[in-house]
Amino acid sequence: MAFVDDYPFEAKVVRRLLLFALSALAVGGAFGLIQTLHRTGFLRIMESSTYYTVLTVHGVLLVLVFTTFFILGLFTWAIAKDLDGLPSRRLTWGWVALVHVGTLLAAIPMFAGFVEFTDLSADVLFTFYAPMQAHSLFYIGAALLIVGTWVAGFDWIRTWLRWKNANPGDRVPLRTYMVLITMALWYIATLGVAVEVVFFLIPWSLGLIETVDPLLTRTLFWFFGHPVVYFWLMPAYLVWYTVFPKLADGRLLSDPLARLVFVLFLLSSIPVGIHHQYLDPGIAEGYKVVAMSNTMFVLLPSLITFFTVIASIEYGARRRGGTGVFGWLRNLPWDRPAFTGVAFAGLLFAAGGFSGMVNAGMNINYLVHNTAWVPGHFHLTVGTAVALTFMATTYYLLPQLTGKELRWRKLGVWQTALWFVGMVLFSNALHRQGLEGVPRRTAEPQYQGFDYDVATGSMAELDLQVAFGGVILTLSLLLFYAVVIRSLLGARTQIDSEVMPEPLSGAENAPKVLDDFRVWIGISILLILVAYTIPFVSIAADGLLEPGGPAYPMIAWYG
Amino acid sequence: MDIQKHEKLWLVAGVAFIVLLIATVVYGTVGAGVSMVDDSGGTIAPDEIPDDDRFGEPRVEHVEGDEYEVYVVSRMFIFQPGTVEVPEGSTVTFYITSADVIHGYQLVGTNVNTMVIPGQIAEITVEFDEPAEYGVVCNEYCGSGHHDMEGMVEVVPEDEWEGA
Repeated sequence: MAFVDDYPFEAKVVRRLLLFALSALAVGGAFGLIQTLHRTGFLRIMESSTYYTVLTVHGVLLVLVFTTFFILGLFTWAIAKDLDGLPSRRLTWGWVALVHVGTLLAAIPMFAGFVEFTDLSADVLFTFYAPMQAHSLFYIGAALLIVGTWVAGFDWIRTWLRWKNANPGDRVPLRTYMVLITMALWYIATLGVAVEVVFFLIPWSLGLIETVDPLLTRTLFWFFGHPVVYFWLMPAYLVWYTVFPKLADGRLLSDPLARLVFVLFLLSSIPVGIHHQYLDPGIAEGYKVVAMSNTMFVLLPSLITFFTVIASIEYGARRRGGTGVFGWLRNLPWDRPAFTGVAFAGLLFAAGGFSGMVNAGMNINYLVHNTAWVPGHFHLTVGTAVALTFMATTYYLLPQLTGKELRWRKLGVWQTALWFVGMVLFSNALHRQGLEGVPRRTAEPQYQGFDYDVATGSMAELDLQVAFGGVILTLSLLLFYAVVIRSLLGARTQIDSEVMPEPLSGAENAPKVLDDFRVWIGISILLILVAYTIPFVSIAADGLLEPGGPAYPMIAWYG
Repeated sequence: MDIQKHEKLWLVAGVAFIVLLIATVVYGTVGAGVSMVDDSGGTIAPDEIPDDDRFGEPRVEHVEGDEYEVYVVSRMFIFQPGTVEVPEGSTVTFYITSADVIHGYQLVGTNVNTMVIPGQIAEITVEFDEPAEYGVVCNEYCGSGHHDMEGMVEVVPEDEWEGA
């Protein structure tokens, strides 16, 4: 019995959310190609001022809409499966409607940026730093999207409490545990951006207050802006821990360690946001050092994951007849697209982890801050570790959600391989351009007064790699949709129910305290207070809105 | 909680690696004396710029000996002064602020790099040992003409230096 047979209502909710997520991925991906070709100068189909409208849509649709909707769908599936369905249809449809309405409202000014006869616009990129100003609809829509995710979390927590009362003394099921910890992180992290948007940016964009303090709003943004990365990554980890081993006919090595990893993320990924502000004037060096050392500790859960996940699939490969130190790699199921997708995503995440260590290194960061190095880095992390894992997850969940088989599986394998190849070219070249000082977020990083001094190779060669990589990524995306659409066109058939194999070391070995969420939320808040109290007090000391200047509405065709 | 022997080793190695990373950064900051952009530059509201002693007239100023100060105002989509000229062998402190939105200021291909935030004054001190020309770019999106925002820093040989 597939998930759709057991839980038709929940399956419908998940399908709705994934449809929206994958539509956002399609538009965002297409815009990515336009930008790549424009930046490198191979094909310029628009004015350079329009580049920033395209970039805003690309960033917002991919990192805020695609990720959020996919995660909402994935978590709904996990919760419904672990805890036997969601209890209140009205509540569930309520938050599903809310996130859709919020996103559509925010999209109005973003897309209105393409037309000249209205001053409606939101060319502020996904970081929307004040005093650049978007139309108030952008902020209001974004706020509604976030409130929608809060209600979703409430829905899942309520479901869990109901289950807990019915099953006293039982351990929290692993996937549910991961969902709840991720949502705890999300509630705390989104407070920063909620305060920024609701108390400052919305009143300001409606003209109720004259000025905002750019440094304060920016610091509130980054309070949210780093943990949001883990809000994307932890759902991918859920797949790596609870789906990936099974795809290789293996078993998760250790349930307790998986729980510990999620707790470590909750503790270490929030009090680090200032590492995005190493170069900000107005923040004393000491707070930057605190953020730096906290940041390095975020490495720990990922290092543990690297070990556990690889050991779990090695276990599977050896059961499939694999031998030798590396020989077992041949016995992995390289013909399963869901497997290859996660495998390639994990490989590139390791590379992204290394460039992330450079970013985190406070002094080396000065060389690469705001250069092409940075998009080079995060296209490996959110753009591959997360996005490619979500594509693989789509392959895995599609039969469960629709009762139809995954078709064109070989093409699916090729799709994941192409994403890997395209991203290696694209990201490696961006990293190298960054080292030469090519700025990010720039329509034409070619200047009048100087040429880049490229150490090895040439800028033209690097541009070619970036553009060629972008084309391959687009091709991969097209194949992804071909596989999904072909599968959806197939007939309903008998699909086996999804079962997670028992971990080698089960939940009974995990200390009980790991399941006591109050303890971990408490410690997390304490660490945040240590890292953030003094910086916020010192930034706000001269007045919450001071020093500030006039607002600058961002309209692409201006000038 | 049962953790395998190999896993334990990996955990210990991981923590050691993290401590090593922190130590190298702390050494680079404290030991080698690379200082960060911090709050030492102070604040100035954008509407105070025109009447300010330093930023009212953005310029290069000779302090004494080899020491120079440069006051830079960033605004959509130019730097003032657009070209900064200093002599070789000088120690130059840049004070940079913004008249409108957030900008960036980076000497291309170097670690002379800072955010420029309206209301705040970024302070960076650089030692220019050799004659050289550096492109300067705004590396934070600041509006539809962002890609046109560039400048130069020219470090001229001692014998060509005509004074600030």
